[in-house]
Amino acid sequence: MRRGPWWAFLLHRLSGVALAVFLPFHFLVLGLAVERARLDGVLDWTDNPWVKLAEAGLVVLLALHLTGGLRLLLLEFGRWSDRQQSRIAVAGGLALLAGFGFLAAAFA
Amino acid sequence: MKRTCPRLVETGYDEPAMAVLEVEIWRGGEDGAWRRYSVPHEANQTVLDVVTHVQRHIDPSLAYRFACRVGMCGSCAMTVNGRPRWTCRTHVSLAARKGRVRIGPLRNLPVIRDLAVDMAPFFEKWRDAEARFVPAAEPPDAPVRPDEPERKAADAGIECINCAVCYAACDSVAWNPDYPGPAVLNRLWTLVNDRRDGDRDGHLDAAGAGCHLCRSHQECANACPTGLNPTAAIAGLKREVFRRALGGRTRERQQ
Repeated sequence: MRRGPWWAFLLHRLSGVALAVFLPFHFLVLGLAVERARLDGVLDWTDNPWVKLAEAGLVVLLALHLTGGLRLLLLEFGRWSDRQQSRIAVAGGLALLAGFGFLAAAFA
Repeated sequence: MKRTCPRLVETGYDEPAMAVLEVEIWRGGEDGAWRRYSVPHEANQTVLDVVTHVQRHIDPSLAYRFACRVGMCGSCAMTVNGRPRWTCRTHVSLAARKGRVRIGPLRNLPVIRDLAVDMAPFFEKWRDAEARFVPAAEPPDAPVRPDEPERKAADAGIECINCAVCYAACDSVAWNPDYPGPAVLNRLWTLVNDRRDGDRDGHLDAAGAGCHLCRSHQECANACPTGLNPTAAIAGLKREVFRRALGGRTRERQQ
């Protein structure tokens, strides 16, 4: 049975891969900025609540990868602490908070 | 809620009320299979007791290793219900899940037969990393005090019994055959912190290639039977190796 730090590693790795896969699509949309009409079409599409939900997922992935990375830097460059589980909980909690914050702002 | 056994609630252990224990033991090499045995269940029975019973009373051809039976020699490590453990100090009542015990060979090492694995790759990595004490030409300037930070850091990792439980628990070992593993790196960290050792740079060189392959899963620390924390030791190595790569002075600064 794997413990917390192993799952923290897995989430960090998967969020990293997912963000890397998403990046080309992000650049694709950015590239549309030169064609006003097509960009507006995409932006209208993102008003769809399901798309907003998916975007919240992206925000969670980004926040997970950020807080997870900070946790790793702290683990490997800071003094060792036995409170690794607490740090994982804080990192995950902040990431979820960012996602809910985005949703609250999107549907406000 | 049906309360079958009051002691179960108090201790968290399975009550050894059932007279017979169903155990599954790995038989054969890498392509072997699980075989089932019925063993008398006794109070304070260890997993090693179960294996010994099978070998002495049911099937003498069962291959396994043990020596001291008191948690000092590090030779009886096996996989018990999916977890690497020192079997001489693991009570069946603690390891059993719903009265069932499955005993297999250690992971990440070639299976010779049944419960005996080839420990050679594990010890070859110790040898290749030269993870051994090298006496300094000159004695330390100041006497080594037991309470100085470097000595405490060394003492924290010194009680390793070379049982390879951490090595079997580690996914980085499973994923990358070049990774030295938690035990070797833990040993290097004790040497790096030992002021009587004369080859600190050599030890850091040996750790440099491998220590960054650790993904800090901390499975080694969770599994270590003597309660060491190789992940913390490896984190220390990563810091020192990095500081040295930046051209930082290491030992002098810490004194």
